[in-house]
Amino acid sequence: MKGLIRGSAAIAGVGCSDLGAVAALMSPIDLMAQGIARALDDCGLTLRDVDGLFCATTQVRTSAMTLAEYLGLPDAYTDSTIVGGSSFEVHVAHAMAAIAAGLCSVVAIAYGSTQRTVGRRAASVREWNPYETPFKPFLPASAYAMAASRHMHEFGTTREQMAEVAVAAREWALLNPAAWEKKKLTVADVLGARKISDPFTVRDICLVTDGGGALIVVSAERARSLRKKPVYVLGCGQSITHAAISSMPDLTQTGAIASGRQAYHMAKLAPREIGLAMLYDAFTINTILFLEDLGFCPKGEGGRFVSDGAIAPGGRFAVNTNGGGLSYCHPGMYGLFLLIEAVEQLRGEAGARQVAGIETAIAHGNGGVLSAQASVILGTAAAL
Amino acid sequence: MDRMERSPLAVYLDHLEQGRLAYQRSAATGQAVFYPRVIAPGSGADDLAWHASAGLGTVYATTVVHPQDGAPYNVALIDMDEGFRLMSRVEDIAPDAVRIGLRVRFRVHQPAGGPAQGQAQGQAQGQAGAKAGDGEPPCPVFFPAEDVA
Repeated sequence: MKGLIRGSAAIAGVGCSDLGAVAALMSPIDLMAQGIARALDDCGLTLRDVDGLFCATTQVRTSAMTLAEYLGLPDAYTDSTIVGGSSFEVHVAHAMAAIAAGLCSVVAIAYGSTQRTVGRRAASVREWNPYETPFKPFLPASAYAMAASRHMHEFGTTREQMAEVAVAAREWALLNPAAWEKKKLTVADVLGARKISDPFTVRDICLVTDGGGALIVVSAERARSLRKKPVYVLGCGQSITHAAISSMPDLTQTGAIASGRQAYHMAKLAPREIGLAMLYDAFTINTILFLEDLGFCPKGEGGRFVSDGAIAPGGRFAVNTNGGGLSYCHPGMYGLFLLIEAVEQLRGEAGARQVAGIETAIAHGNGGVLSAQASVILGTAAAL
Repeated sequence: MDRMERSPLAVYLDHLEQGRLAYQRSAATGQAVFYPRVIAPGSGADDLAWHASAGLGTVYATTVVHPQDGAPYNVALIDMDEGFRLMSRVEDIAPDAVRIGLRVRFRVHQPAGGPAQGQAQGQAQGQAGAKAGDGEPPCPVFFPAEDVA
């Protein structure tokens, strides 16, 4: 992004809150606080060091205000930009800018959701759209399903190829003790599952879990004095092409093309130099679209790219190594978890799912219905 | 500045009540605009003029929604010949017979409860989670304009 300086900020700490199904009467802000405490502990800072509070949730209208009250941080610089699931990728760029401008020095970026406990409809109240709601699309699934219909029509992408995305995510999840799903999944399981919105079955669609977490972002210099190996922010980009699916210019070309281009340009890196892709897989078609739009394969080739276990453990390219929104965790706005997993992988802390020898990763967030795309390229000291 | 007497949505619904699918076009850029707005996206021009579509379009994308209770139904995006796109559904054929590229023709769907009274009613009722039919405003739907195999 214009105006941001490559490598000037780093993610120093990460922490997940309780995930999956949290205790009764936990609030989204409880989960944010839990995530912040764990992320601070991860890097050796304390709440007294935090002077920037960034957050987003669908369940608290003025979340930064509520979080500042909860934590007792009246003087914190705040940002509660909300563009759906990619909000946290946007927050990383905003944190980088705020730190460079001297507005704050230790930013906590937090998320919390209890959508499994309170129900998806209550957690994320859908606004009335007079041009869409009368037709009763099952949102967000129907919007992504229509994008899949176009991809199948234009490029010959098959149901089996989409199912491979879900199967690969499940195989990664089976290597992640924190993942929600614990059972093996086959292509036949995906195709034979309950139909939701054609061509999707329930297995093409992300989980509905509770969860939250936090990142601690500081200047690169400060990060080098902290407990963990810094993970530097090398590139950022964002693009909002529409809000409602009926206003998306082309259902097979997402704003990831633009956000990726900005992020690669800032990072001075090309797609072939990226070791890990964390792609917002709310639906199986997303992984295919983002692999194409972020330059890992040509447009239209995404279905073939993911075939034969190519993005599963042991495949030719590591994608969504935590198990993704499809099999790890998806509390509604999943973008924070992309960044947390990328950081753990770049530090070499990912256990059985660790990808060997990577120095760079892209975390690509998606918000709305393929609407708000935001990319963050991260790297180790070797990538600086 | 003159106060705007009718919102873009109210004018659009007025046209629908009269059987017309209305859209806007910017006089300066020629750009077709849908949904209706106060100013043109991109240019910011305040020269949006109302036009009635000829009612012919092509299915751009389609899905069949499978509710947990109730029959499957179609939701589609339609590219109108005038150069704008909208969400709708294709009626008169099975929901899974709707194909990308199908030529379709517009008609007005009047919900069972009859037309809405007053410009804000549809919006207010929608927010309250109104059931289909009762007092909802009309909406544009489509049917095949060619033989469907």
